[in-house]
Amino acid sequence: MWVDLAITLVKILFIFAITVGFFAPVLTWVERKQSALMQDRIGANRADIMGFTVLGLFHIIADALKMFTKEDFIPDGANKVLHTISPIIALVPALLTFAVVPFGGQYTLFDKEVNLVISDLDVGLLFVFAIASLATYGYVIAGWSSNNNWSLLGSMRTASQMISYEVTMGLTIIGVLMVYGSMKLTEIGAIQENFWMWGVFLQPVGFFMFLTASIAENKRIPFDAPEAESELVAGYFTEYSGLKFGMFFMAEFIEMVTIGAIMTILFLGAWHIPFLTTATLLSWFDFLGTTGSNLVVMLIHLGVFFAKVVFFIYLQMVIRWTLPRFRYDQIMKLGWKILLPLSLANILVTGLVILALN
Amino acid sequence: MELLIFYPLAGFCVVLALGVVFNDSPVGSALSLIGMMLGLAGIFVLQQAHFIAILQIIIYAGAIMVLFMFVIMLLNLKKGDDAGGIVRERNLLLSVLTGILAIGILYKISDIVFTAKVDTPAILPDSFGTVANIGETLFTDFVLPFEVASILLLAAMVGAVVLAKTKLD
Repeated sequence: MWVDLAITLVKILFIFAITVGFFAPVLTWVERKQSALMQDRIGANRADIMGFTVLGLFHIIADALKMFTKEDFIPDGANKVLHTISPIIALVPALLTFAVVPFGGQYTLFDKEVNLVISDLDVGLLFVFAIASLATYGYVIAGWSSNNNWSLLGSMRTASQMISYEVTMGLTIIGVLMVYGSMKLTEIGAIQENFWMWGVFLQPVGFFMFLTASIAENKRIPFDAPEAESELVAGYFTEYSGLKFGMFFMAEFIEMVTIGAIMTILFLGAWHIPFLTTATLLSWFDFLGTTGSNLVVMLIHLGVFFAKVVFFIYLQMVIRWTLPRFRYDQIMKLGWKILLPLSLANILVTGLVILALN
Repeated sequence: MELLIFYPLAGFCVVLALGVVFNDSPVGSALSLIGMMLGLAGIFVLQQAHFIAILQIIIYAGAIMVLFMFVIMLLNLKKGDDAGGIVRERNLLLSVLTGILAIGILYKISDIVFTAKVDTPAILPDSFGTVANIGETLFTDFVLPFEVASILLLAAMVGAVVLAKTKLD
């Protein structure tokens, strides 16, 4: 029992280290460099320690120090309690999703079956959806509690946008569910060992709709009407400064990782390499013994999984710096008049094809 | 072990339920209600009903309460606004009906509490509460109520659209 508990604890620490400790800070730098590259600029390169700049990587440290030391300001007339807890409510769901996301398969280490997922829930896919729907509150309460009209407008937009795209997200998930016949994310991942069973091939329309809906849920350009700088100052976080602003900022970057992980599990073959089954991989490293070969394969799968996650993060960044912001009515039109009927049609077609194949 | 989780969760729910009633600001009430629903979901998990727990979060905490919050913000209700300060006249019939309903619910609850075999809990099969199991029950034993509920929801949806449209073409 204590061993299981320790293993779970290690997994949780690993997830924290890789999201909060690695992805969130590094992505702030990557985003600046990526945008600079796309706009033919140099990008962050001024922060230096003793003359060394290391491609501007020290900006991460400078940003963190700035956020820690800035004045934490709560406006007059704001609801102090809600104003303080809303960044936490925004950040927690982004991290909580990782509780059910498998970042590898099952491995035999020291005569013990180790499953690379924190909690293998029977309703894993629905858990992801449930947590995504809770994320709305952080943003909505933030705007409302700030006692600022720009903030309130921002949070109204957030609420309507997130409700609209949750519908598409939920209906797309049904398509995935019909194809794989399971809600367990580990099972969905395991089925995709066969290259032709990858979600992109089985649910091509669902793939694009899920990607669109999740970018809209994360409120990044082209769906950033809730924070639209040119219209609403900064939208729902106008009145936030210091580390509380930092938490909203971090929530956005961690959510990018979350989206990448979920997309990888559902549509891009999870931790598998195309045409290379786990058994073949294990047989290559047979000379290392059971634990040794399993360990090597586990590291390879971890690498493959996070490489795919990085691909999706890159995709989201390219989209962000390519497209202009959609107008509010365009966002609503896309959500309700295009994506909703399309996702319903997707379910119908999926059902018909499954019926025909049986 | 189970009680160790149950009592804090149940206490959490009761405190937040009181918070819904006694909070002066509508947003505070709504937030308490959301918290209480999350607590309820926790109690469902304790009963091995994972699917119901997740549905509780998705439908009540996630979907319905977001709409509540949206409406509260749209009307921008502030502390002590009392939604326009309307005090409804007392209706004798309504009070009596509500009282009867409350007594009925209390009777049912006490009936369950007193007849429950607390010392010998039922042994659950492994598949209890799984999605596959619930789906099977829903589409075999309870298919008629399920379909009737779907039609009712569809009718409500169409009705809502018709009411919301200011002029019909």
